[in-house]
Amino acid sequence: MIALSDFLILGALLFSLSVAGIFINRKNIIILLMCIELMLLAVNLNFIAFSHYSGDIAGQIFVFFILTVAAAEAAIGLAILVVLFRNMHTINVADLNKLKG
Amino acid sequence: MSVEQIIFYGFAAILLFAATMVVVVRNPVRAALFLILAFFTSAGIWLLLEAEFLALTLVLVYVGAVMVLFLFVVMMLDIDLTPLQEGFTKYLSLGIVVVALITVEMIAVLGSAHFGLDIVAAPVPHPDGYSNTKEIGLLLYTVYVYPFEIASVILTVAIVAAITLTLRKKKSKSQNVGEQVKVRREDRVRLIKMEAVKKEEVES
Amino acid sequence: MEHLNQTLLLTIALAPLVGSIIAGLFGKKVGKVWSHRAAIYGVGISFVLSVWVLKLVIGGETYNQQVYQWLQAGSLSLEVGFMIDSLTAMMMVVVTFVSLMVHIYTVGYMHDDDGYSRFFSYISLFTFSMLMLVMANNFMQLFFGWEAVGLVSYLLIGFWYKKPTAIYANLKAFLVNRVGDFGFLLGIAGVLMYAGSLDYVEVFAQAPTIAAQSTELFAGHSWSVMTVICILLFIGAMGKSAQVPLHVWLPDSMEGPTPISALIHAATMVTAGIFMVTRMSPLFEFSETALSFVLVIGAITALFMGFLGLIQNDIKRVIAYSTLSQLGYMTVALGASAYAAGVFHLMTHAFFKALLFLGAGSVIIAMHHEQDIRKMGGLKKYMPITYWTALIGTFALIGFPGLAGFFSKDAIIEAVHASEIAGSGFAYFAVLAGVFITALYSFRLFFLVFHGKERFDTDSDHLPHESPAVVTVPLILLAIPSVVAGYFIAPMVFGDFFAGSIVVHHEHDVLAHVGEEFHGAFAFVLHGMTQLPFLLAMSGIAVAYFLYMIRPDIPAKLQHWFNWLYRVLDNKYGFDAFNEKVFAGGSRMIGNVLWKVGDETLIDGAVVNGTAKTVGAVSKIVRKIQTGYLYTYAFAMIIGLWLLLTYFVV
Repeated sequence: MIALSDFLILGALLFSLSVAGIFINRKNIIILLMCIELMLLAVNLNFIAFSHYSGDIAGQIFVFFILTVAAAEAAIGLAILVVLFRNMHTINVADLNKLKG
Repeated sequence: MSVEQIIFYGFAAILLFAATMVVVVRNPVRAALFLILAFFTSAGIWLLLEAEFLALTLVLVYVGAVMVLFLFVVMMLDIDLTPLQEGFTKYLSLGIVVVALITVEMIAVLGSAHFGLDIVAAPVPHPDGYSNTKEIGLLLYTVYVYPFEIASVILTVAIVAAITLTLRKKKSKSQNVGEQVKVRREDRVRLIKMEAVKKEEVES
Repeated sequence: MEHLNQTLLLTIALAPLVGSIIAGLFGKKVGKVWSHRAAIYGVGISFVLSVWVLKLVIGGETYNQQVYQWLQAGSLSLEVGFMIDSLTAMMMVVVTFVSLMVHIYTVGYMHDDDGYSRFFSYISLFTFSMLMLVMANNFMQLFFGWEAVGLVSYLLIGFWYKKPTAIYANLKAFLVNRVGDFGFLLGIAGVLMYAGSLDYVEVFAQAPTIAAQSTELFAGHSWSVMTVICILLFIGAMGKSAQVPLHVWLPDSMEGPTPISALIHAATMVTAGIFMVTRMSPLFEFSETALSFVLVIGAITALFMGFLGLIQNDIKRVIAYSTLSQLGYMTVALGASAYAAGVFHLMTHAFFKALLFLGAGSVIIAMHHEQDIRKMGGLKKYMPITYWTALIGTFALIGFPGLAGFFSKDAIIEAVHASEIAGSGFAYFAVLAGVFITALYSFRLFFLVFHGKERFDTDSDHLPHESPAVVTVPLILLAIPSVVAGYFIAPMVFGDFFAGSIVVHHEHDVLAHVGEEFHGAFAFVLHGMTQLPFLLAMSGIAVAYFLYMIRPDIPAKLQHWFNWLYRVLDNKYGFDAFNEKVFAGGSRMIGNVLWKVGDETLIDGAVVNGTAKTVGAVSKIVRKIQTGYLYTYAFAMIIGLWLLLTYFVV
């Protein structure tokens, strides 16, 4: 049988990988967004695993909402990205320093 | 090793591999494709957890819509990749250290010592005829009906926001009656005083 | 106005103030003539009424009342009040008389000066301040008058404010007086602390209880409270009355116009210290230490300042040093508890020193503002009135029998001789030697100025001529008391004129001792003819005559032979150099340190700029956190996550 801890550790590894991705690809905003998607996936995995092992379906409802918000976030994030690129001709995070004091 | 375990470890391996590739590959298109793979495999794992509805939603919504959007954006934008690769290894060591610490700590918390089979027993599989979709629907439209409505509003706002952000403003050619009525003589007519010149001077 | 009353006294004090205000604030409007008229009328009214007051006081009246309460703070009451007794009345007459003479004289002396009205305003203001000082019935008002005369003195020394030396001199006078005033203020504070009142009568009533107490200034040394208070008060007197070592300002104050030198720096203001100590006699009598201190300081001043007069060439500076020396005599008298003799000398000195200064001023006018006595000589035939009045003044100064100075000076010498307190032996020697020195430098001046060959350009059209009447009349009027004032010795020194004002303890009462042998003024004169001081004075004249009339080459040779001595005297014993180096240099050094370290480094550097710099430095660090780069925030979040996780795990 598969233990709950197996799922959780899988989630943890997935999460850590996406954190590492943020560190490594700190300049590429598209990959940063993808890493965030991965993080959310890891969190969702945890929710579903707990939901399954505790027999409470409410966890899945949460995942449902998370998916909704993540979709909205991706849509707006990409829209901002497009506008950004249109105005500045770059998506390099290092160049996005208009707010720097 | 049971079938379930084989499936789990197999999918898990693919998932981790896909995630690693998402992080590591340089080409955003490839990264997006690997992300799709990661979503597919997680959908498989979710099926293993008897979350059929969500697994299918993930494939349909995420792979079908969100990731396609990603690919669209990545492909449409003419991105110069070279500067984005700079400093790829600059923070690698720091990243690895921090990530390793987080991983170790999380595994220490989430490992079998706390969440092993002997502590959290595997649930009994649902009987035939059990519908995951029906259960979620029941809950969603009763207890969580308001959050559900809010979620729909959020999506609408996201759509509006995305459209407004990307919409190029075009000059409207339609007639504005108010503007036309408001106009005064001074706005349109300008009197200029000029020195009188003789014809020859103009010609020369 | 049959009796002493408030209206009368207020009129005396305020009339000069009104004159001063008219001349000072409206001088331009009312013009020169009305400026000096206003000032002279003001002082004239004061003088006439002061004589009236003196007459009433001689008739046995006294007055001591509060006029106005300025401030009440707890039990401390600051008041304006008048105390009129014989001492005050005498001072009032002297001050207003000399002041009036100087006012009149000024009309002639200053008549084409730009600051004519301003000058009258100042001297009237001075008269007001001095009257407030002498008429005070409490320490607060005394201090007010004290500071006010100091201020006017400052203004007048720097009257010609475009002259750098005058500005230097008035600053010096102000600063040196400040040192004295600091002591004075501490003394007043001591009085207030131990007596709990500033009123003269109340304080004097408590004198015995104060004298019984002692205090510890420095750990382990017990001091009598009275000694401390008296010495502090006397330090104030040292500043104002120019006693060693706070005398340095007086010679320099000759930078001011000559009438001022006569009024302030010879006749009245510098005697404020003498007056004050006399007024405080009920306190000083309780402290023999303080009296000895006073005596020794006075003796040093009397003798050593006289020496300096010998080598000066500026006509006014010679007289200034003689003033210092005579102030030393007065102080010696105070130290010997012969207050009456000191005040008597104050009075006679006021007359003849004002006379001498105004005479010097007359000479200066005649010489077209040349003050070097080496360029004068033979002026006798050109200006007879000045000559004769100056002769009277000089004889009075050296104490020629029958003239005013003789009585007062002899009384002091006899009193010191009779005194038995510590230091009186030295003081006796100093005052005797002083007589000789005084005669020597006075007649050196006199001979060089009025006799001998003319050492100025006699061919020119501008030969010296006698001064106008506004100048000579005051000279004559001042010459009269310089002759006759001495005959008041019987009531003033040996009589009971000052009985209500001055307190002398029986064991100190040297004047009573001297008075036993006093058998009238003429007997005193005859007796004086045979005494040592007279012989010393005569030999002083003789030596002066020999050196400066018969063999004028000798002084130059003496100067050559005793070059080291001449240099010491020329440097005025190095007081100025010492002050310049130690005090002024030290102050400048402290100032520099405060400026560099205190102001620039601490306040500007650490506090003002330091705040900005700290903010800047902190910002520099904080800016690292707030880069504006997305990934920095992501890092921060991740590290925060890790920290939280660690916290929960551990």
